[in-house]
Amino acid sequence: MQTPVRPLNLAQARDPDFQAAVARDSGQHLASCYQCGNCTAGCSYTPDYDFPVHQVMRLVQLGLKESALSCRSIWLCATCQACTTRCPNNIDVARVMDVLRHMARQAGYAPEPGVKTFTDSFLASVAKHGRVFEVGLAAVFAIKSGKPLQDAGLGLPMLTHGKLSLTPHEPEGNGKAEVAAIFARFDRVAAQKARAHSPGETPGNGKKGGGE
Amino acid sequence: MSAAPSNPLTLAYYPGCSQTGTAAEYDRSSRACCAALGVELVDVPDWTCCGSTPAHTVDHFLAGALAARNLLQAELAGHDRVTTPCPSCLAALRTASHHLAEAPAENGAPQDSGPNYRAEVERLLDRPAPLRATAVSVLQVLTEDVGVEAIASAVTRPLTGLRVAPYYGCIMNRPPGLMQFDDPENPTAMDRVLEACGATVVDYPFKTECCGAAFGMPRLDIMQRLSARLLDMAASCGVDAIVVACPLCQMNLDLRRGQVNAFSHSQGGTHHAMPVPYFTQLLGLALGLPESGLGLDKLVLPLGPALTAARAREDERIARTQAELAAKAARKNGTSANGNGSKENTPCA
Amino acid sequence: MRIGVMVCHAAREFPDVVFATDHMYACSDPGQGTIEQTIRSLKLDGVVVASCSPRMHEVTFRRAVERAGLNRYMFEMANIREHVAWISLDRKRNTEKATDLVRMAVEKLRHNRPLTAKSFEVQKRVLIIGAGVAGIQAALDCAEGGLDVILVERRQSIGGVMSKLDKTFPTVDCSVCVLGPKMVDVGQHPRITLLALSEVEELSGYVGNFEVKIRKKSAFVDWTKCTGCGACLEKCPSKKVRDSHNEGITTTTAITIPFPQAIPKRAAIDPAVCLHFTKGKCGVCKKVCPADAIDYDMQDEIVTEKVGAVIAATGLDLFDHRKCGEYGGGRYPDVITSLQYERMLSASGPTAGHIKRPSDGTEPKTVVFISCVGSRDRSVDRPYCSNFCCMYTAKQAILTRDHIPDSRAYVFYMDIRATGKGYEEFVRRAQEEYEVQYIRGRVAQIYPTTGEDGNQLMVRGADTLLGTQVEIKADLVVLAVGAESAHGAPALAEKLRISYDAYGFFLESHPKLRPVETNTVGVFLAGACQAPKDIPASVAQASAAAGKVLALLSKDKLESDPQIAQVQTMRCIGCGKCERTCPFGAIRMRELRDGSKRAEVVETVCQGCGICSVTCPVRAIQLAHFTDSQLLAEVNALCRTWDETTES
Repeated sequence: MQTPVRPLNLAQARDPDFQAAVARDSGQHLASCYQCGNCTAGCSYTPDYDFPVHQVMRLVQLGLKESALSCRSIWLCATCQACTTRCPNNIDVARVMDVLRHMARQAGYAPEPGVKTFTDSFLASVAKHGRVFEVGLAAVFAIKSGKPLQDAGLGLPMLTHGKLSLTPHEPEGNGKAEVAAIFARFDRVAAQKARAHSPGETPGNGKKGGGE
Repeated sequence: MSAAPSNPLTLAYYPGCSQTGTAAEYDRSSRACCAALGVELVDVPDWTCCGSTPAHTVDHFLAGALAARNLLQAELAGHDRVTTPCPSCLAALRTASHHLAEAPAENGAPQDSGPNYRAEVERLLDRPAPLRATAVSVLQVLTEDVGVEAIASAVTRPLTGLRVAPYYGCIMNRPPGLMQFDDPENPTAMDRVLEACGATVVDYPFKTECCGAAFGMPRLDIMQRLSARLLDMAASCGVDAIVVACPLCQMNLDLRRGQVNAFSHSQGGTHHAMPVPYFTQLLGLALGLPESGLGLDKLVLPLGPALTAARAREDERIARTQAELAAKAARKNGTSANGNGSKENTPCA
Repeated sequence: MRIGVMVCHAAREFPDVVFATDHMYACSDPGQGTIEQTIRSLKLDGVVVASCSPRMHEVTFRRAVERAGLNRYMFEMANIREHVAWISLDRKRNTEKATDLVRMAVEKLRHNRPLTAKSFEVQKRVLIIGAGVAGIQAALDCAEGGLDVILVERRQSIGGVMSKLDKTFPTVDCSVCVLGPKMVDVGQHPRITLLALSEVEELSGYVGNFEVKIRKKSAFVDWTKCTGCGACLEKCPSKKVRDSHNEGITTTTAITIPFPQAIPKRAAIDPAVCLHFTKGKCGVCKKVCPADAIDYDMQDEIVTEKVGAVIAATGLDLFDHRKCGEYGGGRYPDVITSLQYERMLSASGPTAGHIKRPSDGTEPKTVVFISCVGSRDRSVDRPYCSNFCCMYTAKQAILTRDHIPDSRAYVFYMDIRATGKGYEEFVRRAQEEYEVQYIRGRVAQIYPTTGEDGNQLMVRGADTLLGTQVEIKADLVVLAVGAESAHGAPALAEKLRISYDAYGFFLESHPKLRPVETNTVGVFLAGACQAPKDIPASVAQASAAAGKVLALLSKDKLESDPQIAQVQTMRCIGCGKCERTCPFGAIRMRELRDGSKRAEVVETVCQGCGICSVTCPVRAIQLAHFTDSQLLAEVNALCRTWDETTES
């Protein structure tokens, strides 16, 4: 969290395009949030967040794009739906978090590189095999995340309980190819969108990638 | 494609990726229970990954396409209802069918000036998205289609004396508008199934609290903290087992127990050894299905000691009751030997 | 015919229009003066004012027209504000529509005829429905003003919610001690007829001459004999009955007197739980009653009363917190409602003023209050603020600290709404003097602690000012449940023919200027049946409603509205359809000497709704001031194009 030395100039800091994009992609009426804090109160991840959920909502309400997209919280949300379930204003808060994460991804933020690596590895596994190959995913993640030994201890119990499947269970028919095609089309569409939307957009200093 | 099902309780079955690997026992026991209770499952032909949580954190249309492909496969095989044991798969499939239903197939204008969900999903799928098919959990099928009474009457080896904490996980019932099943704050479907199995179900306060989900790999510390909380609460409820309905919860609480216990130790907390069976495994036991078909051997923390302890407690209780009864034999004759519930009964075999 | 048109802006020429002008505020004093002068100087026969809605100012203009010597019905209003200016920004089309409306009004006026009101006698009696503090106040004010009052209360005793409260804010004086004397006054006042355990069955008639049917529910106790001695209560074997006066925190008997100060202090049997009725085998109360008042065969009775006006004062009910699963949904005994807590605090309540946890009877040391439970919450369809919860929560927190000095009190709130006199100071006192800890944030979850530190409740909320999650281990949680309209309010509104909102609160005639009137003349509102209100606001509105009724019924005769149905006897074929469709029973079939029948309008009963007029198959009924020719003139004006009009 940065400590502002000067008062925040609300008029200058507000990014109306960002607000409109979040509202559009999430389908949520962000002005409905009255900052009661119910989302924060019920969120299992609040202790790990840099901005508690209600403050993330506040950042969006004020159109503070940079702060909203660079925060760690949006990467640590597990979509457990507690916030959405309990919001007194019927806001799908988890969906807003999702949309912010999409935007942060597109803009190149990754303050929680492990989470991003896990997601990427998971989807890469799906793209490759048509289904998630758990052991392969674990191995890939172990290498890419730089924490090769974290889950090494799980190997033995998995082996002894017959959970260590060393070959992927791929779909028997066209499924694998179809899934690969979905990913290929998605990458194409994403690239088109990236070109169309923000050719020169780069995130703020030190926000891109970054280690833990 | 398959002809119209003769059994009214025939559903398409979507196992989900975990059920081919770390959660094979969930798949096996779900199939076994469904078969025993007259639910015919037909695998979604050539099913692929639903996208799960990672897909929707990247893009809603990608997630939609990955899920919709499976709904389409089921629909083409003549099924409008797909059942899956896994809540993550369930959420992915239901999210897709929900949004597809919101945006009708006619090439109408995008809603709320936002992108047209169906059109975007079809762009990625490169074929028409499914029209009707949606997903329900195996738990919902068992409680609503089969019914708890039918389950109770099919129980042959009640789990009398076994104290269990039903743990539903976060997304089996949430958000309520999407899941349309049970109570989002205090779900009871699994409670009722387990009670029908003869187990003693405690009022577990953390039924829907998050276990740390998929953070076991990227942020082990978070998963450890959250799962330890669940175990502490279950232990303070004095249960023999936490019963789950989600492969991710099961993995965090069972396979990763060593990691969670290590965290607990570092916090001065307790070591927990309670097993974490799937509700379908306990149901299978109560239905008298062979243990080999339920994958009990795949649980890292063995269920056996819990069953033995429960049985011993129950034996002792019965002996005590009988002694008391003998004393009052003149006035009263016999106890209600009802088959189910946490009442006096024969211990599970 | 000579017609004047006064428009706020833009005047055109129409047939018979000899004068058109615009005025900035036609309703103002000089505006009306202009209208009067113009009528006199130009010898106008009628006036059209194009301005706002007739709902507010038609009466004003009609008076102005009358002052200038015209019949008040030789006036028409074109609503170019609500129907034009307020709904579109398109100037060109607005002007076109405004022109159309003015032209229609002119055409209508050309077909208008002077109408004269008749007068009728009024009943100088008032029906007051509901005897909480609002109904009580209204009844006493009306009775003191010389009216006979029929006060109907559906419960066994009058007193309403206020009789359940311990103390009132911000003065912290004893609620029932303040209310009690008023209740006694009601019971003793010679002009007040109190019908407790009674409900309005049906209301017919019209202002000045309503007829109301009231169901006096059977108490199975003859109240003319019952002395309220309470002998039956002591002996009644059904002792596990939910005590609704004590909000269910204790039990009562099947035959009860709800509380010591009850008015009337008479016993009544609840047949749903009485063993005599459920099992058919008990008669203890009948045996022990020294007055021989028990009558198991007693039946409901319908009484009919004639009144000139009605005041609805049916109050409120509270939000059912079982809808809040995150707070336990009613599963945790130590999560209670604010009104349950109020009974506990009350010295005359079931715990004699001692705060005790329902689960184990121990004294709580940490009490958490949660605001806005069922208020400002769209997810449970209660988007409105319940008005008084902030204040009673502050009061209850103060009383908690007062009763248990070594206790801690926490209040979770979103905003503090303390707008009344002395209210803000009161909340500050709770925070500063009584050290009540206010936490700005909502509570997401309450769960019981288990194991060693069991038997408490973990309250998990947020402190949004700190930006963090907070937890409090509480002994007792009090939910500040919001207000809802009284159970059955919409059904009563339909009997009274008054409007109600989506939440069942009764609609006032105008939110600013007619706050105690309804859209049915002669029916008034008092208290929380209109919107959540605290005691002072309820009492104020009750006195206001009583003042309105006293003013209305101060006249010996009222003028009837001449805009009513008129039967053209020559055309009538006596089919009787109008009689069957009239919702007010204002049409009678009169038999002629030859045995044939003709419809006849009871002028004082007709409300001028026009249903008979459209029902009549032979167009024998016309609604005065809205005749077919008048309406068709408007339609013709609308359908004719502007060009045709100017050419003609």
